[in-house]
Amino acid sequence: MPAPEFTSLTVGDVVAERSFPLTRDSLVRYAGASGDFNPIHYRDDIAAAVGLPGVLAHGMLTMGLAVQPVVDWAGDPGRVTDYQVRFTRPVVVDPEVGAVIAVTAKVGQLDEAATVARIDLTVKLGDDTVLGKAQVRVALA
Amino acid sequence: MPVNPELMGRVFPPTEPYLVGREKVREFARAVFATNPINLDPEAARAAGYDDVVAPPTFPIVVQERTLAQLLSEPDVGIDFSRIVHGDQRFSYTRPVVAGDQLTATLTVSSVKTLGGHSIVVAESEIVDADGAHVVTALSQLVVRGDE
Repeated sequence: MPAPEFTSLTVGDVVAERSFPLTRDSLVRYAGASGDFNPIHYRDDIAAAVGLPGVLAHGMLTMGLAVQPVVDWAGDPGRVTDYQVRFTRPVVVDPEVGAVIAVTAKVGQLDEAATVARIDLTVKLGDDTVLGKAQVRVALA
Repeated sequence: MPVNPELMGRVFPPTEPYLVGREKVREFARAVFATNPINLDPEAARAAGYDDVVAPPTFPIVVQERTLAQLLSEPDVGIDFSRIVHGDQRFSYTRPVVAGDQLTATLTVSSVKTLGGHSIVVAESEIVDADGAHVVTALSQLVVRGDE
C-alpha cells in the first residue's frame, strides 16, 4: 500500500478520524488476546469493591485501538516507529450501552530531514480526553 | 511500604523466548479493531515485504508483560500489585513484530522516584529477536499509590 507523501502534509492536517464502540464483549476479547485478566475489566462486583465507578476498559486496549486509524492512513503498520501515550482518565464501559471512543489524528510536527511525521491523537469518551500526550511517529517517503 | 529505591538500575535476566504465532497476531489484531490486511492476511503481508502477518503496534505489551511479572515477583521490590496505576506507555520500534518471531525481553528499572507519597517506577523492556537484533523497546511508567 502506498504511504502518504511526506511533502503533501501540513502541521494541523487531520489525517484520520474514527469512532470505536466498546462493549463488555470487546473487553473480554481483549483480555483473552492480551492475557490481561484483571477482573476490574469484566466484573462489576470487583470493580465496585476496589472503589471504581464501574468496569473499565484496559488502558492498553484504548492505546491499541487509538493507533489503528493512523496505521490505516499510513498503509502499513511497519511505518510506525514510535508510539506513546499517557493514561489520563479511566474508560467506564456500561454493561448495556457500552462506551464510544472517538479518535482524531492530526499532524503535530514534521521532521523534514528524517521524513518522519509526528501524528498527535485526540482520544475522547464524550467530552473527556482519556489519553494524553498520545503521539505516533510515522516514517514516510 | 515504599518502593525499594535500590531497584533503580536493576537489570533482570532475559525472559524465556516467546514465539509469535500467526493466529495470536490475528486474535490480537481483532481485539484492537485492526482492519489492515497486513495484520491479518499472510499474502497481503508478503506483498508488503514481510515474511508473515505483522502484529499491531501495541502487541509487544504481551511480551513486556512477562518482564513486569518478573519485577512484581521480586521479594525486595515493595510493590503492591493492587496499588499500581499504569501512568504512561511507550514503544520505540526498530521494526514491527511479525509472526514467526522469537522474542526475548530484558527489563531494566530505569527510574524510581517518590512524589507526594506515591512512587513512580519506570520499567524499560528491550525486546530482541532470535538473532539478538533489536525489535522494540517497551517503556512503562507505573505509579504505585502510597498508603492513604
